[in-house]
Amino acid sequence: MTLRTYIISRILLTIPMIFILLTTVFVVMRVLPGDPVLLHFEKSENLEAMNRLRVALGLDQPLWLQYVNYIFGLFRGDLGKSMQDFSPVAQQVFSAFPATLELAIYSMIIAGVLGVILGVVASKSYNKPKDHIIRVFGIVTYAIPVFFLGMLFQLGFGVGLHWLPVGNRFDMSLSPPAGLNIGNLHLATGLYTIDSILEGNMFKFVTSFKYLLLPSLTLGLVLCGVFIRLTRSNMFETLRLDFVTAAKARGLKDSTVTYGYALRNAFLPVLTMMGLQFAMLLGGAVLTETTFSWPGLGSYLIARINFRDYTAIQGTVVVFGILVSIVSLIVDILYAYLDPRIRL
Amino acid sequence: MVKNNKNQIKRSMLAMILPIRALAKRGLAGWLVLIGAAITAAIVIMTLFSPVIVPHDPTQINVRPPPGNPSPPSSQFPLGTDDVGRDMLSRVIAGGGVMLQVAIVSVLACVAIGVPLGLFSSHTGGLVDKFVSLIMDSIYAFPGLILAIAIALVLGRGVVNMALSITVVYIPSYFRVIRSQVLSIKELPYVEAANAAGARKRTVLLRYILPNVLPSIVVVATVNFADAILTAAGLTFIGMGVPPNVADWGWDLSNGQKLLASGSWWVITFSGIMIILLALGFSLMGEGLSELLNPRLEKEGE
Repeated sequence: MTLRTYIISRILLTIPMIFILLTTVFVVMRVLPGDPVLLHFEKSENLEAMNRLRVALGLDQPLWLQYVNYIFGLFRGDLGKSMQDFSPVAQQVFSAFPATLELAIYSMIIAGVLGVILGVVASKSYNKPKDHIIRVFGIVTYAIPVFFLGMLFQLGFGVGLHWLPVGNRFDMSLSPPAGLNIGNLHLATGLYTIDSILEGNMFKFVTSFKYLLLPSLTLGLVLCGVFIRLTRSNMFETLRLDFVTAAKARGLKDSTVTYGYALRNAFLPVLTMMGLQFAMLLGGAVLTETTFSWPGLGSYLIARINFRDYTAIQGTVVVFGILVSIVSLIVDILYAYLDPRIRL
Repeated sequence: MVKNNKNQIKRSMLAMILPIRALAKRGLAGWLVLIGAAITAAIVIMTLFSPVIVPHDPTQINVRPPPGNPSPPSSQFPLGTDDVGRDMLSRVIAGGGVMLQVAIVSVLACVAIGVPLGLFSSHTGGLVDKFVSLIMDSIYAFPGLILAIAIALVLGRGVVNMALSITVVYIPSYFRVIRSQVLSIKELPYVEAANAAGARKRTVLLRYILPNVLPSIVVVATVNFADAILTAAGLTFIGMGVPPNVADWGWDLSNGQKLLASGSWWVITFSGIMIILLALGFSLMGEGLSELLNPRLEKEGE
């Protein structure tokens, strides 16, 4: 199979998966017992207001028509209107997205780097005390509720030491990083650390980094266990292969052999794991964002849950699902590109 | 002679129920199982006997006035009180009940649904298998907590509803492991021999294949226990779990978050540690069991 046919077949597989995902969300939110409008008003008896809301949101239509509207709306990038303020959900999700993306990127970097380094160290002292300690550390990080770790960091570095801010994304008294502005050219990613560099404002960069540090460290630490385990077992096997022995025999430095030769080969499954972990990452991000009042998709979701804003919740959940599908598609393609054996 | 024999039987029976010695001889993996089981058993026993051992009623407010301020640990309240004056020690002792119930119900439901589904799908093969697998993969790929939030939101609060939402999220984990195991076992010579000897399909599946899948089910269920506990804690933390009048560690964390700014560390710390210990107990057991029972599973990184 050539790379191109692999990519095409992988994309073709993603389409039904996204479709099933959309249907699942629809079934959960609309078909399961529990009328969204009734739940939204909780115990209110105002039938007229309820009916008005139903008509305004199209919830008075038969279920199959709602389903068709929902699917076709998604194709146009329409996630419906919020029950709370009647503004388009897609717009709100879009504005909350960069915050989540920035948190996700930095957490993944921390989890990946920490996990791979610890995994390599563990594999080199396989079944010795150092290895056991790292393994147990990996298991423990997996058992920590992410919000609890976040709160401990808040207590320690925020409330106790006053080193770092415990919530929000940026200093309220400052205007957020503007990105690149040259004449008519506006370039802003919505990622504050990058935008502040584009703006050329070092102070804003440091500020946004300070706000980012605790949330991403929290999420990164909780996720790193999987990478430790995978790197450890892969490296253990790779370090025993002939080409590593050959490299050692040629008198190459130990670190060159470990990182330049063995790790390179053991890294591919770790890359796939990063794709698989993306779903976990987003789930953890919801809790991390809530803990740190980080204004991303997760905080938006939880805030809307408190309002029982069903349309907004459905839209956000759908976006989370599509994000995961796209990331796993990209990772699979990347993997096939890097390792031709996959395409066989 | 006879007495000796009886003793031997007694000992071997005890070894079957409590294989502590055998496990201790199996190196790190055995110790992981033992330590994990000990932690879990301790917490389960503490929870079961909590009505008898709590020093105060864990839900009674104003054990110590004035309300509004959590009071720090003292000789009277070794772990302090929360903002409405509930004794934290009692809450730590009694707060695992809901989480354990949710985890047990959801793991049992997952096994009851995921295992037969995996057996059926992989054994039937063809389009049915493709279709079921596609659905399971789609759910598996979805961020678990977010799906659980959506389901819990629609179903409402309560132990059963929490368990249900967690069940839906984790069925695919069981399905995938069972399916891949059945597919590889199906090709083994002894199964082929049974087929060739004319055994019925059902007999082959239930009597020949299922027993070989059982160890993987045990491993997945143990690991899944930890997942279920953490998901339940997460649901409660964002206010979708139990009503506030029930003592629960997850609820204490969400309540304690509001009190962090005042430096009241004791409201969250002990309840949080209990959640870690409970999840850790199951994780350790799962890690050890997966190495002891099923070396193949370990390699796949599942």
